[in-house]
Amino acid sequence: MILRPRVEDTRTIGYYLGKVIVGLGTVMLLPMVLGLACNEFNPALDFCIGAQISLIIGILLIKLCDTDEDLSWMQGMIVVSLSWLVAMVLGAIPMFLSGHWHSFLDACFDSMSGFATTGLTLVRDLDHLALSHNFWRHLIMFVGGQGIVIVILSLLVKGTSGAFKMYIGEARDEKILPNVVNTSRFIWLVSIIYFILGTLVLGVVGITEGMPKGSAFFHGACIFMAAFDTGGFTPQSQNILYYHSAAIEMVTIVIMILGAINFRLHYHIWMGNRREITKNIETVAFFFSVSLLFVLVAIGLNQMQAYPYASMLFRKGFYQFISGHTGTGHGTLYAPQFINDWSQLALVGLIIAMALGGAVCSTTGAIKMLRVGVVMKALFQDIKRVILPDKSIVIQKFHHIRDVFLEDHQARTALIITLAYLALYGIGSLVGMLLGYPFLSSLFESTSAAANVGLSCGITQPAMPAALKITYIFQMWAGRLEFISVFTLIGFFVAAIRGK
Amino acid sequence: MRWLFRTVFFAVFFLFAARACYAQPVSSADLINNATRFDAARISYEGEAIGDIMYRGNFAWVNLHDGTNAIGVWLEGDAAKTIQRTGSYQSKGDWVEVTGTFHRACIVHGGDLDIHAETVRVIKPGRPYAEKLNVRKINFALVLLVILGAVWILKQLKLK
Repeated sequence: MILRPRVEDTRTIGYYLGKVIVGLGTVMLLPMVLGLACNEFNPALDFCIGAQISLIIGILLIKLCDTDEDLSWMQGMIVVSLSWLVAMVLGAIPMFLSGHWHSFLDACFDSMSGFATTGLTLVRDLDHLALSHNFWRHLIMFVGGQGIVIVILSLLVKGTSGAFKMYIGEARDEKILPNVVNTSRFIWLVSIIYFILGTLVLGVVGITEGMPKGSAFFHGACIFMAAFDTGGFTPQSQNILYYHSAAIEMVTIVIMILGAINFRLHYHIWMGNRREITKNIETVAFFFSVSLLFVLVAIGLNQMQAYPYASMLFRKGFYQFISGHTGTGHGTLYAPQFINDWSQLALVGLIIAMALGGAVCSTTGAIKMLRVGVVMKALFQDIKRVILPDKSIVIQKFHHIRDVFLEDHQARTALIITLAYLALYGIGSLVGMLLGYPFLSSLFESTSAAANVGLSCGITQPAMPAALKITYIFQMWAGRLEFISVFTLIGFFVAAIRGK
Repeated sequence: MRWLFRTVFFAVFFLFAARACYAQPVSSADLINNATRFDAARISYEGEAIGDIMYRGNFAWVNLHDGTNAIGVWLEGDAAKTIQRTGSYQSKGDWVEVTGTFHRACIVHGGDLDIHAETVRVIKPGRPYAEKLNVRKINFALVLLVILGAVWILKQLKLK
């Protein structure tokens, strides 16, 4: 028997959702101030309107749903999944008001793409977009990359057990420090220190590459936020190709890889435990995956003679490849070049890299390296069981911060999430094909959306069918939250309708 | 005499035909979608100069947007200086025509799709945008401010 949710459930969910919305409204004040400082008065008004709508809704929810109750698991998951949908809608308001998005659905698409750190975009005339709007596009990647709810956890919540449930619901399976609020604050500390360093480096490189100082540091800050949070937006329409700079490409490769590393690993490296880099199952799996798949991509590019020299093949091929593997989506190619210049083998290599992603508890999406490592270990364990005598006990270990004995439930969980991702990639591809796009292009774009990558082979554009936009929004949302909180929300609505 | 007439006729015909083909600017979509066909060809391309002009030694990069895509143009620093205004939120950039060699994967620039310009001409100068305040947005923001104030007061009253 399905039980209908209680009024208290809705009230608790509404209360915490209200807090998240107030937090979001406050964040909108940053681009508003930037707009005023840069004499961009209409964009400043866009953010003023967006912030006020958010604050009104947030305060009303807090007031109407005022409660002292802590969150249950179900409520925590629903708060997270709803927060991301509400953030998408509210975050789209200033974008839509700017007039650079064809419809509110397009603005919602970019808003979800930003928060989920995907990087697919439907913006029109990006090269004339206001600085404040451009800053907002990148800021939502920074906020979404750390986790929208984590922002609220670290700023508005003093420490409750409900916080942990929201933390897990936002696809962060690991605590770095014993207290989840301290964990969130550590993630912010790491991100802000890297933000300062990254912006400085990118700004200086930009100046040496001929950009004016102000522009170099603005671009540096935006690109850092997009690269570290494996987002992929840039302030100009040509993405990283705009800079025509090998130095900027090299710096962004380093930042993308830093963003794809587990925050727990960052913590251990900061604490001086550098050996963890070479021992950790995720970094080992990432190294093997990058090595093997890039060979595939390089062979594919060579088949097509896409680039006459090995150095060019490496610069173009490896940049798009590592951008795809880390789930960033920065690119130095035009979308049609993937289809025209890259062979099917190279595209398949890139699609597999996008599908696998980076580390858990990082800013990347997709299946992730820990699960790939665990599934491979489980496979080896089963092969050993078959090969060795029946009476032998087969033990499989892996190293992830500490030595862990592989148990069946770990392998099962990893496999279920992997299968869920594969199904999500498949659903998007199917919808693409139903709407008349070729198989490989559909698979490429669907994987890019669901794995929160952002590379495009040309399907994503304002003229694409609304059904496909909605499909990609769903994929970005479900892929970013890793399904559990999304399934819980669906279950909640089913229970509300059919429950007794 | 007839032979001379024919020669002059064909020479003039081919001259005009070549000029017509050469002068016709190629769109960015054509260049990107048919990059192999245009590779290493002399082409004419025009678009709005956007973003920053990035000087690299005696040369510079300018990105020209023709309304569909922007393509990077590698040109001499002196030629780049003829471009006075680039497109941004606050201005419409100069509309520039370049003639030069198109590269699908430029050997000099690490495989970038670009144009190495030989001639650069500003067809239409850019202009600053005068931002007019949107009165409807101001009114809407003021109404929201009143509602926000009322909600805030309501919250404070109930708390007490």
